[in-house]
Amino acid sequence: MAKTSYLCWSLLTFLLAFSTQSAEMPLNMTQGVTEISQQVYDLHMKIFYICCAIGIAVFGVMFWSIIHHRKSKGVAPAQFHESTKVELLWTALPVVILILMAIPATQTLIAMEDTSEADVTVLVTGSQWKWHYKYMDHKVEYYSLLATPRKQIENKLKKGENYLLEVDRPLVIPTGKKVRFLVTSDDVIHSWWVPAFAVKKDANPGFINEAWTKVDHPGIYRGQCAELCGKDHGFMPVVVIAKDQADFDLWIAQEAATQAAAKAEELKLLSMNMSKEELMALGEKTYMGYCAACHQPTGMGIPGVFPALKGSKMALEDLPAHIDIVLNGKTGTAMQAFAKQLTLSEIAAVVTYERNAWDNNTGDVVQAADIAKAQKP
Amino acid sequence: MSTVTTDPHAHAEHEHHGPAKGLKRWLYTTNHKDIGTLYLLFALTMFFIGGAMAMVIRAELFQPGLQIVEPDFFNQMTTVHGLIMVFGAVMPAFTGLANWLVPMMIGAPDMALPRMNNWSFWILPFAFSILLASLFMEGGGPGFGWTFYAPLSTTYSSDSTALFVFSVHIMGISSIMGAINVIVTIMNLRAPGMTYMKMPLFVWTWFITAYLLIAVMPVLAGAVTMVLTDKYFGTSFFDAAGGGDPVLFQHIFWFFGHPEVYIMILPAFGIVSSIVPTFARKPLFGYASMVYATSSIALLSFLVWAHHMFTTGMPVFAELFFMYCTMLIAVPTGVKVFNWVATMWRGAMTFEVPMMFALAFIVLFTIGGFSGLMLAITPADFQYHDTYFVVAHFHYVLVTGAIFSIMAAAYYWLPKWTGHMYDETLGQWHFWCSLISVNVLFFPMHFVGLAGMPRRIPDYALQFADFNALISIGGFAFGLSQLLFVWLVVKCIKGGEKATDQVWEGAEGLEWTIPSPAPYHSFTTPPEIK
Repeated sequence: MAKTSYLCWSLLTFLLAFSTQSAEMPLNMTQGVTEISQQVYDLHMKIFYICCAIGIAVFGVMFWSIIHHRKSKGVAPAQFHESTKVELLWTALPVVILILMAIPATQTLIAMEDTSEADVTVLVTGSQWKWHYKYMDHKVEYYSLLATPRKQIENKLKKGENYLLEVDRPLVIPTGKKVRFLVTSDDVIHSWWVPAFAVKKDANPGFINEAWTKVDHPGIYRGQCAELCGKDHGFMPVVVIAKDQADFDLWIAQEAATQAAAKAEELKLLSMNMSKEELMALGEKTYMGYCAACHQPTGMGIPGVFPALKGSKMALEDLPAHIDIVLNGKTGTAMQAFAKQLTLSEIAAVVTYERNAWDNNTGDVVQAADIAKAQKP
Repeated sequence: MSTVTTDPHAHAEHEHHGPAKGLKRWLYTTNHKDIGTLYLLFALTMFFIGGAMAMVIRAELFQPGLQIVEPDFFNQMTTVHGLIMVFGAVMPAFTGLANWLVPMMIGAPDMALPRMNNWSFWILPFAFSILLASLFMEGGGPGFGWTFYAPLSTTYSSDSTALFVFSVHIMGISSIMGAINVIVTIMNLRAPGMTYMKMPLFVWTWFITAYLLIAVMPVLAGAVTMVLTDKYFGTSFFDAAGGGDPVLFQHIFWFFGHPEVYIMILPAFGIVSSIVPTFARKPLFGYASMVYATSSIALLSFLVWAHHMFTTGMPVFAELFFMYCTMLIAVPTGVKVFNWVATMWRGAMTFEVPMMFALAFIVLFTIGGFSGLMLAITPADFQYHDTYFVVAHFHYVLVTGAIFSIMAAAYYWLPKWTGHMYDETLGQWHFWCSLISVNVLFFPMHFVGLAGMPRRIPDYALQFADFNALISIGGFAFGLSQLLFVWLVVKCIKGGEKATDQVWEGAEGLEWTIPSPAPYHSFTTPPEIK
């Protein structure tokens, strides 16, 4: 007896612990921060309540039957087995309910798909496993990568508040303006999803999809890639910062200036040589950010999927082929073209790093000018 | 099906035609009961192999962070778990039930094409050996999801893709042969007097399912072949760079895939329609409307495939068309549920294990139907799509739907197959453990999905942690509960209380007129249906 009550109590505390902890976790769809996301939420709740009502009615009748019409109560079974009237009724009634559901759904859908008259247009490009944003009306574009440290994922460090939902450079959009997203992909299919906007659109390679949002309140909104896109599908979050128009204008002007300056700097660097130590340091940083997901931090790759760089013929001998594959990728494989993703000096550094790290020790030093030369036909 | 005349001597005459001895019996058998048994045992084995993969998935998702497996292997587990459960567990289990029951229900001596029957079973173990062996290849097995969307399955997949394609081909050939056999048997071997509208509903639902199989399995074969040639022979069906379209793949796949989900649920409707009247001791309400509802569901299933693809970027008109058609499916499905409830109404019910599983099926499948209706609403689907809400939905219709109906069928006909009653207490334990754990497993998935957790991810944000731990506990409990079923079946084969011919007080139909266990050859002289 004492044992049983102890068991009951521990079970109860366990369940209570669960319910208090999960108070932090939302149980329902977000209402979001746009008019559309609010409409979607309302639609969702409306259908949910209709389903609940139907469920209570049907299961109610069923359980009434289970409780009262049982053999142990000594009832004799009725023998009726047909009624056209009833059949017609429970065919027609659901049709009416469905029409009532379809009307608001149709209205919301038509509003969601109207991407005309946008104020700002952003090209969103997915690739394994990062997002690229390009502002069509400004000279601003950049990649947005997962910012959660590897060590948190491997359970070697305490996980941060926004674990797996944080990026190095979020997308920035103005509030109160219709922002149109053109969504596409460089490799496999991804899906760009921000729950707070009720926007989820597949990024199909070779095709461009459209979506739009109009956010009323400044804030940080987080989402994830929703379509299975390979190994690191769980590790390509979306973060969007909504700023009011004045802040956005300031930000985009600064960003455009910084990017223009970086390009000018890049050209200047062509005539300068970096030291091997500098190249190795920059190379390691770039490698870990862009290459290690597939080729692994150890350079060993994953046998049968991603080739090893350690001791590979290309990394030890054929330098022109090595530079070419980093610049242009290899068609028919997962190897991407990095020419537009990385700067010349980053590519030079990463090639230098790959030729000298993990006992590759070729002693080769590659400079930005070498890369620029290789790029020109 | 009302009055049946059988000649008791007809069975005795054929007793010398008993089964061969040893392994050869099973390898060379053309007997529908032996082949049915083989299918069912194969399905049970695959259920545990696929289940073991689900345990790996749930163990990794028990806590945030990567603990047990690498993301690459995690993807292989979700992929092969799906393939095994769909093509290795649910479909062969239904084919096994069809083999055992269709001839006995229509008064036929065997399936119409017994040698093809043997062949359609025996290629299956090869198909699944190939698929499972690919997991041990360099680069691992298929990791692109059971839906194998291009170009992830073409340009970006490992070399095991070729093995995946061939094993799916073999599964498809097996299913098509099985379906042809069912159709030919039902059309030609019905006992005199058994008109189409006198067939038991299990026979009807399988008849319609077989047509669905013949219609869509070749489409799947086409899809995997195009994946094969895109990957290895330089075609560009799904590659925009060569003039193809990756979304075309999804149209082809789901044109197969949506009828496929009805292939996995229509026979379940047939099973529940057999069990509920027996234990309510009252004839099935609305037999004819059940047949019409099943046919309408089958026809509509060809018009709704793109509701799996609302986020791929379709014209508004197409989105509206597929939304309306999908919502329409709720009507015939509703009719079925209402008919079952009406059958129970004013019956005299008892609650043996088959009835318990059938009742759980009705409630939980309906919950899966509700979430299906919610998913049909395109604007809301943009939020639900590819989240755990979808995972919850299709596990409610497939586990507490299809698999619960298979369990119900196993308990219902086990006495007829083995000649012994199963252990009722053990069966009730199996039922209640399964019922509770399956809901702990799948119900919270609705919440994590609505809160924004995408499917097919090996690691997740911290706000999903508590529910995922709970889901995993439910998963382990559900997996362990199924061991009770194995124990029960072994016990029932070995011995137990002798079953009567009719087995269940309220049971009606030809299979209950022959002895238990059913003789190796039944209905060698056709019974006459008046």
